[in-house]
Amino acid sequence: MNKKDLSLLVLILVVGAVVTFINPRFLLVGNLSNTANQVGMFGIFSIAEAFVIIIGGIELSVGSVIALLGVLFIDLIVNHDVNWMLAFAAIIAGGLAIGLVHGTLVTRMHIQPFVVTLCGLLIYRGAARYYTEDATAGFGFGASFPTLEWLTAGRTNVLGFPLPHSVVALIIVATVAWVLLHRSVFGRYLYAVGKNEEAARYSGIRSDRVVISAYIICGGLTAFAAILIAMYTRSISPAVHGSFYELYAIAAAVLGGCSLRGGEGSIIGVVLGTVLLQVLQNLVNLLGIPSSLNFAVMGTVILIGVLGDQYLVQRRRATTAKAKPQANVAAAPLERANAE
Amino acid sequence: MPEPFLELVDISKTYPGVVALDHVDLKVAPGEVIALIGENGAGKSTLMRVLGGVVEPSGGLIRVDGVERGSFTVGEAIQAGIAFVHQELNLFDNLDVAGNVFIGREPVHGGPLRLIDRKALYAKVRPLLERLGADFEPDAPLAELSLAQHQLVEIMKALSLDARLVIMDEPTSSLTLTETDRLMRVIAGLKADGVSIIFITHRLNEVMQCADRAVVLRDGRMVGALTRAELSPAAMIRLMIGRDLRSLYVPPAAAPGEAVLDIVEAVTDTYPERAVSLSVRRGEILGLAGLVGSGRTELARAIFGVDPLRGGAIRLDGAPVRIASPRAAIEHGIYLVPEDRKSSGLLLDVSIAENISLPDLSSYLRLWLVNTARETENARRQRERLKIRTPDVETAVGSLSGGNQQKVVLAKWLSMRPKVLIFDEPTRGIDVGAKQEIYDMLRRLTDAGVAVLMISSDMEEVIGVSDRIAVMHEGAISGFLDRSQFSEHNVLQLAVGHTI
Repeated sequence: MNKKDLSLLVLILVVGAVVTFINPRFLLVGNLSNTANQVGMFGIFSIAEAFVIIIGGIELSVGSVIALLGVLFIDLIVNHDVNWMLAFAAIIAGGLAIGLVHGTLVTRMHIQPFVVTLCGLLIYRGAARYYTEDATAGFGFGASFPTLEWLTAGRTNVLGFPLPHSVVALIIVATVAWVLLHRSVFGRYLYAVGKNEEAARYSGIRSDRVVISAYIICGGLTAFAAILIAMYTRSISPAVHGSFYELYAIAAAVLGGCSLRGGEGSIIGVVLGTVLLQVLQNLVNLLGIPSSLNFAVMGTVILIGVLGDQYLVQRRRATTAKAKPQANVAAAPLERANAE
Repeated sequence: MPEPFLELVDISKTYPGVVALDHVDLKVAPGEVIALIGENGAGKSTLMRVLGGVVEPSGGLIRVDGVERGSFTVGEAIQAGIAFVHQELNLFDNLDVAGNVFIGREPVHGGPLRLIDRKALYAKVRPLLERLGADFEPDAPLAELSLAQHQLVEIMKALSLDARLVIMDEPTSSLTLTETDRLMRVIAGLKADGVSIIFITHRLNEVMQCADRAVVLRDGRMVGALTRAELSPAAMIRLMIGRDLRSLYVPPAAAPGEAVLDIVEAVTDTYPERAVSLSVRRGEILGLAGLVGSGRTELARAIFGVDPLRGGAIRLDGAPVRIASPRAAIEHGIYLVPEDRKSSGLLLDVSIAENISLPDLSSYLRLWLVNTARETENARRQRERLKIRTPDVETAVGSLSGGNQQKVVLAKWLSMRPKVLIFDEPTRGIDVGAKQEIYDMLRRLTDAGVAVLMISSDMEEVIGVSDRIAVMHEGAISGFLDRSQFSEHNVLQLAVGHTI
C-alpha cells in the first residue's frame, strides 16, 4: 500500500466517521452490507477501467456494455431457456469480443480511444434499447434460478456479517488483478506501454498486443460486472440501466491514483476509490441530502481530494527541491505529480 | 573593441551543499561573439540563467551600461536587451512565423475586440526575415519549418525586442552541417550590426569558426579565457578537463573476425531509390558517418525492426534473418541504443532497475512472477560495471544526468547477450568524462566479440573511436575508410557525396 492509497483510506475513515457521527445508522449491519454489495459490483468494472487507463487509454462504453450484456443475459436465461452457465460464458465472451474490437480499432486503425469508446457508448445503448424495444427486461413471474441467484446476489454470514457474494467476487478479481499488474511481466508491460509506448517498443515489447489485451480484460471484467448487476437489479430498463457507470469507474480509478496520461495506478487504490464513492452515495441517503444533489456531492469531494493530493505533492516536492537542488526536476513534473 | 555594456562581477551562486558558480567575472562588449564552453555541470547554463534573470545570484553584481544591480528579473533582463534562444525552443507550432515572433505583443486594430492587425504584423516581421536572410514567409505555419528555421524564428523574436545580447544554448546540437553554416553566417551578420552573442557549445570547431573569445568554465569557476589568437581545440580541451585528453583511439585486442552482420542492398522508406550494403565484423567498431538526413538513423531503425525494410536483406552470421519488429531483432541479439534516449530509450520516471530488466523480463521470473530481488541485484552489478553514478538503483532514471541515463540504456543490453550493438549518437549531450567511459565500454565489448555499429555526427568521436568508417550520403554508402585514411577532410568529402 503506497502513500496515496493510505491517504485515500484515511479520507474514507474520516468521511465514515463524520457520517456515523451525524447518523449512527451508517454502521447498521444492513446498511454496511448493502454498501459493500455496491462496492463489489462497482469495484469490478472500476478495475476493468483501470486496466485501460493504465495503458494510456480510456473506456467510455462501460455503462452501455453493462446495459446491453445485462439485457442479453436475462433474455438468454429467461426467454430462451439457455442453461445459465452457458449464458454466463456467452456473455463473458461477448465482453471479451467488445474489448477486442475496441483494442483493434485503437491500435490497428489508430483511432483515438476516446472516440472509439464514445461510439461504443452510443452503439451499445442503442442496441440494448432496440433489442428490448425499449421495454424493461426482467424475470417473469415464477422464473427462478436459485443457484445462480445465490452465487451472484446472495450473501453468506461471516461472523455475523452478511457478506455479499459480489464482494467475494471483487476480492478474487482484485487479488488476481493485483498479482497481474504489480507482480507479473504482463503488468510491467502494461505500465511500460502506458508510460512511454515508444520506449516500450524499443525494448522489444509488442505494444499493440499489450494495448489490445488491456481492452479485452476490460471487456471481460465489465461483462462479469454486468451479470452481477443484472442479477442484483433483476429488471433492466435499457434506457437508463448502468448509465454514467463509466464515469464512476473513471472517478474510482483517478481517486485510486491512475493518471489519465497512463502508466500510473494501483489496484488497492482503485478499490479504495470505489469504496469512497459508495460511502459518499450512502452519505447522501443517510444525511437526508436531496438525492438530486448526489452527483454534485460526489464531484465536490473528488475535486477536493484531488486538490488536496496535488497540494501535498507540491509541498513534498518543494521540500525535496530544497534538500537536493541538483536533482533534475525537469523530467516530466506533471507525471510525477501523479506518481506518488 | 568598444567598451563593454554588460559586466558580471564576482558572480556566485550556491545551493545548499553545492557551489554552482564560484566568483565568475564576464564582460560583454557590443558586437562580441563569446563561446562559453565546459563540461556538463560546469555551470554554463546557471551563468546564462543569471544573465537572463531566471536565477538570482547569491553574490556579486551585474553592471548594465554602468548601472550596478544585484540581480535581474526576467523582465529587467529583456529591458536591458538580453534575449535567450533556448535549447528546447519555446515556440507554438500551431501558429505562423509572425504570430510566434510577436506572441503577446501582436499589433491590434482599435476597438473593444482588439482584433489582430495581420497586415501590420506581417509588415513588422518582413524586415526581420530579410535581416537574417531567411528563406520563408511571415505567414508560413511553424509546423512546416525545420528545426534550423525555428531557431531563426527565435532569433527574430529576440531582435524584435531590440536585443543587444543574444544567448544561445547549444544552438547547433540538432542542425545539419549546412544549417550550421547558415547559423554561423547569421551570427556574423548580427555581430556586424553590433549585437553581441554568447553561445554555449560542445563543438570546438564552431568556436574556432566564429568566436572572438572562448570562456571556459569548470566546476563553477572560470578557468580561462582564450582570445581569438589563442584559440585551438587542444587549448580549449586542456582548460575544460584540466588535463590533455589522451588520444581517444584504443586498438582492438585482436584483429576483427568474420562478418557478423551483413546488410545487403537495404532500402528504407526515406530513400526508396537507394540501397545500402555494409557489413560489421566481429570485434570491430564500424563508425557510420554522414550528414544529418543522410539516412543513417533510418537504416538503424530498419535493422532493429522499428521501420520495415523495403528491399534487400539482413544476414546474421551468414544466415538471412527476417526482422519485422524490435522484438525479433532483440531475439537475434541485435540491440539498438537509440538517438533520443528520453523518448525511445528509457521510461524516465521508472526506476533504474526496472528499466534495465524491461527487455528481458522473462529471465527474472520465479513462479511466473517478476523476482525483484534478482532485478535489483543485476542492476547493482551493472551499476558497478558501467560506473552509473547513483546511490540507489531504485532511483527514477529521469533524475540522473545525461551520461548516466545513457549508461542505463547500455546496461539494458549488456544484461543480455549482445551480438550486434547499434549505437545512434552514443554520446550526444554527454559530458567528457562519461563519454570516455562509454568509449572504454565499447572497446571492451568488441574485445569480447561483439560487433558494434556506431552512428555519429561528432567528428572527433567517429575518427577517435572507430576501427573503420562507412560514410553515407543521401541514402547510400559513399565510401569506406580504413584507419590509415581517417581524416576529417576525407569523411566530409564522402559525406557530401564526393570521392576521395
